[in-house]
Amino acid sequence: MEDLAFGLIVAITLGSAFMVVQGKQLLYSAIALLFTLFGVAGLYIFMWADFMAGVQIVIYIGGILVLLIFGIMLTNKITSVNISHTSLQRGAGVLVALSVLSFLVVMIGRTPWLEKTALEPAQTADGIGMLLMMEYLLPFEVASLLLLGALIGAAMLSRSVD
Amino acid sequence: MDSLQTYLFISAILFSLGLYGVITRRNGIAVLMGIELILNSANINFIAFARFGGMNLSGQVFALFVIIMAAAEAAVALAIIINIFNNLQTVNIDEAQQLKL
Repeated sequence: MEDLAFGLIVAITLGSAFMVVQGKQLLYSAIALLFTLFGVAGLYIFMWADFMAGVQIVIYIGGILVLLIFGIMLTNKITSVNISHTSLQRGAGVLVALSVLSFLVVMIGRTPWLEKTALEPAQTADGIGMLLMMEYLLPFEVASLLLLGALIGAAMLSRSVD
Repeated sequence: MDSLQTYLFISAILFSLGLYGVITRRNGIAVLMGIELILNSANINFIAFARFGGMNLSGQVFALFVIIMAAAEAAVALAIIINIFNNLQTVNIDEAQQLKL
């Protein structure tokens, strides 16, 4: 049962990821990206990262994907029916992607990974909160500065010039 | 399914799909989608090493930072793409070659 669910989630993730990069209509690609992000959240749950799965759904699907769809809507005129986009250099793209993939697969298969099975955490949210407030306090503050900078930068870039 | 390699293979496939999208797509937003796929594959790796490599919660915190960075990157990149569209009436990134109009 668990194996079946895992296979289903992997199939959804990779299949819709293929549709993201291959789809003809840009909006369909965005919808396929939704299923990819859901599948990745499912994979997180299989790796005991339930809090990260929640974060993935809230930030990626609720934030970034909606932002992308806004971008698609804003950069197409309603009158122009064609919201598609051309793909160029298919051959070169397939070549590069396949060679990178084969390199990675051979590398992953050959490397003797140091496997240490972690203990299954009772709950991950409080552990992550403790780490963020103690060990990773500086990166946490830098991330908040980065978000502030991105907020101001995006607002400044996209406002209309008076 | 409960092994490190399985997740690394999945993330490798996701990474090459994203790379293919970044190389072949000409629409700026579609390129951004490819980048999101690549960032997700990196996140799968972080959490897989957190689960199987004995990193415990530190790996998940790093994945959290990657998600924060992806959000900031998407906001700024979309602002740039909308600016390009307003100036050039296209989102084809091949036609945005000049730094100045």
